[in-house]
Amino acid sequence: MAELSSFTIDGLKCMAREGTSIIDAARQNSRYIPTLCNLEGVPPKGACRICSVRVNGKLMTACTTKLSPGMEIENDTSELNDLRKAIIEMLFVEGNHFCPSCEKSGECELQALAYRYKMEVPRYPYFFPKRPIDASHPRIVKDHNRCILCKRCVRAVKDEKGRSIFAFLDRGFETRIYVDPDLAGQLTEERARKAVEVCPVGAIMPRDEAFKTPIGQRMYDKKPIGSDV
Amino acid sequence: MAQKITISPVTRVEGHGKVTIHLNDEGEVIQSRLHIVEFRGFERFVQGRPYWEAPVLVQRLCGICPVSHHLAAAKAIDVIVGAGTGDGLTPTAEKIRRLMHYGQILQSHALHFFHLASPDLLFGVDADPAQRNVIALARTPEYRDLAVQGVMMRKFGQEIIKATAGKKIHGTGAIPGGVNRSLTEEERDGFLKGEAPLNADAMIEWAESAIALFRDFHKKNQEMMDEFSRFPSNHLSLVGKDGALDLYHGKLRAVDAEGKKILHDVDCQEYLDYIGEEVRSWTYMKFPFLTELGKQDGWYRVGPLARLNTCEHIPTPRAQEAFEVYKSYTDGRPNDMCMHTHWARLIETLFAAESIKLLLEDPDILKDDLMTKGKRHSEGIGLLEAPRGTLFHHYRVNEQDQITMANLIVSTTNNNQPMNEAVEQVARKQMTGQKTITEPMMNAVEVAIRAYDPCLSCATHAIGRMPLEITLFDSHGCLIDRKTRWSGTI
Repeated sequence: MAELSSFTIDGLKCMAREGTSIIDAARQNSRYIPTLCNLEGVPPKGACRICSVRVNGKLMTACTTKLSPGMEIENDTSELNDLRKAIIEMLFVEGNHFCPSCEKSGECELQALAYRYKMEVPRYPYFFPKRPIDASHPRIVKDHNRCILCKRCVRAVKDEKGRSIFAFLDRGFETRIYVDPDLAGQLTEERARKAVEVCPVGAIMPRDEAFKTPIGQRMYDKKPIGSDV
Repeated sequence: MAQKITISPVTRVEGHGKVTIHLNDEGEVIQSRLHIVEFRGFERFVQGRPYWEAPVLVQRLCGICPVSHHLAAAKAIDVIVGAGTGDGLTPTAEKIRRLMHYGQILQSHALHFFHLASPDLLFGVDADPAQRNVIALARTPEYRDLAVQGVMMRKFGQEIIKATAGKKIHGTGAIPGGVNRSLTEEERDGFLKGEAPLNADAMIEWAESAIALFRDFHKKNQEMMDEFSRFPSNHLSLVGKDGALDLYHGKLRAVDAEGKKILHDVDCQEYLDYIGEEVRSWTYMKFPFLTELGKQDGWYRVGPLARLNTCEHIPTPRAQEAFEVYKSYTDGRPNDMCMHTHWARLIETLFAAESIKLLLEDPDILKDDLMTKGKRHSEGIGLLEAPRGTLFHHYRVNEQDQITMANLIVSTTNNNQPMNEAVEQVARKQMTGQKTITEPMMNAVEVAIRAYDPCLSCATHAIGRMPLEITLFDSHGCLIDRKTRWSGTI
């Protein structure tokens, strides 16, 4: 087992094992670093950049950067928090995130982070892209309007041979998630449930289960995101 | 000299509309119209969305009575998920939805009477516009208690909505096939035995005192209250079992101006066989009509006045008592007196308060049997009596659970022709032969519209901030008079 190393987060002395990701090391020391694409148990991707911190003065993603001794990490600073807020705002304007009628509302990580960083009106103009929803699979409904391309579903939902059931289709602004047609039959009830669970937003949803959790009892009604750290 | 008069926007209603009145060379009213100048597209942009979103998405039509849209959509989607056409829910789900609905009726009717209408009644239609509002009521020692009652009745109704739907505005309580929560004993006891005045008994008492206030005002102003904007019409609403007043579910009934049934308690799922909608080029709001009678004669009123004309009795004792007094005033005949809509609305407020108490005393509202489901259908229709009248929601879905068609006939839309008739009546009386337009004349037109408690946002959509403006033009288009009131000062 790796040695315990000392490092600092926002000037506070911390200890964690060398080689741990900065995001996990911070959590072990009760420091919250926000993330949207990172998911426990699957390799990090560094896709969303929300977890960006300054390591010895340089911007790095906390999910993909391993801890080394003596690191001086800046996390909860006004500069970084504004950068995070800017990323959240970009995600909001790039898609069609209509929280008022979204069944993920109250349990959506993007919405919860927007509240945490006090997003009111985005500083960027809305794109209002035209994106149809895909309800062709019998177990799930994919709403591309809400997808933030975090790749959690691609990385976490695999068949028994380790093949990803979800994949990216097309490039750039047209990129969207889809179910590999050759593996669509592998999206069992259990895997469909997992896809729904790992999606941080309302892009992958089950059929006819919406709004069953009353307002007041949803995950982020009870406590804001990050308050478990 | 021919003139055109414009009132824009109409004030103390929900949403924006304008009125135009045309006078001929002799100063006679030759045409008057209520234009709804907003556009909304809910029926279009709900297409493609999964059906389970409809009750939460479509209620965003309105912030005043979103519960109506929430429940009407839920009732329509109930049909699609095989939960029956109003009779298939579990007792708990049905009663929680009714409680939510009557909470809304209470708060919306209180809003209309105390906040929007009572300043006209108590200060007079010719009072200073700056005085005709609920704040002025609260500042007048004589009416202070009344203003407080209005605010607290709204609060009680909103708290009922919050307890059943999760939020006071735009909750999620009704879901396809049931509800997502019931009440706790603590919540139930709070509403039943809470500290005065926020309990069900106080609401019943206040609703009764509001009826007494109206009747006292009526006695002192009988001619105005009976004759202002009075005209005969057909009346349409849902009625419950045995012809009882029921605002949540029932059959469609219409009566004519003489009280004769012209729509005989038909199933809501068949509304398209009986109701048509006409589009006119000068307004975004359609004109519904009974197809059997045609566009010319088939228009009808909805709302409190219509409901008390179509129903035979009210199934709560105090409201029934008030109903009997109300009906005796017209010897049991249909009431066509526009200003009596306020009377009918207050009787319904009492009915809602009594219904809330009865539901709270029912042990079913504490149980946890919330959902039911059955055979899937591709089409569903949900109707209920919203505060302002009969509300129609109709959806079709494809095999992938996406909505392919939505048709909404909103209460205010049903009252489109009656409101135009009301404007015509008042314009003829107030403006014939007048060379200048006075503030009381403008407000008189608005009072007639306001009696229908229109929600123009529901019927279309709210855009922008507009002044109230009346302009007079001669037959050559030259401006001869203009009166303007700006938003925020009225």
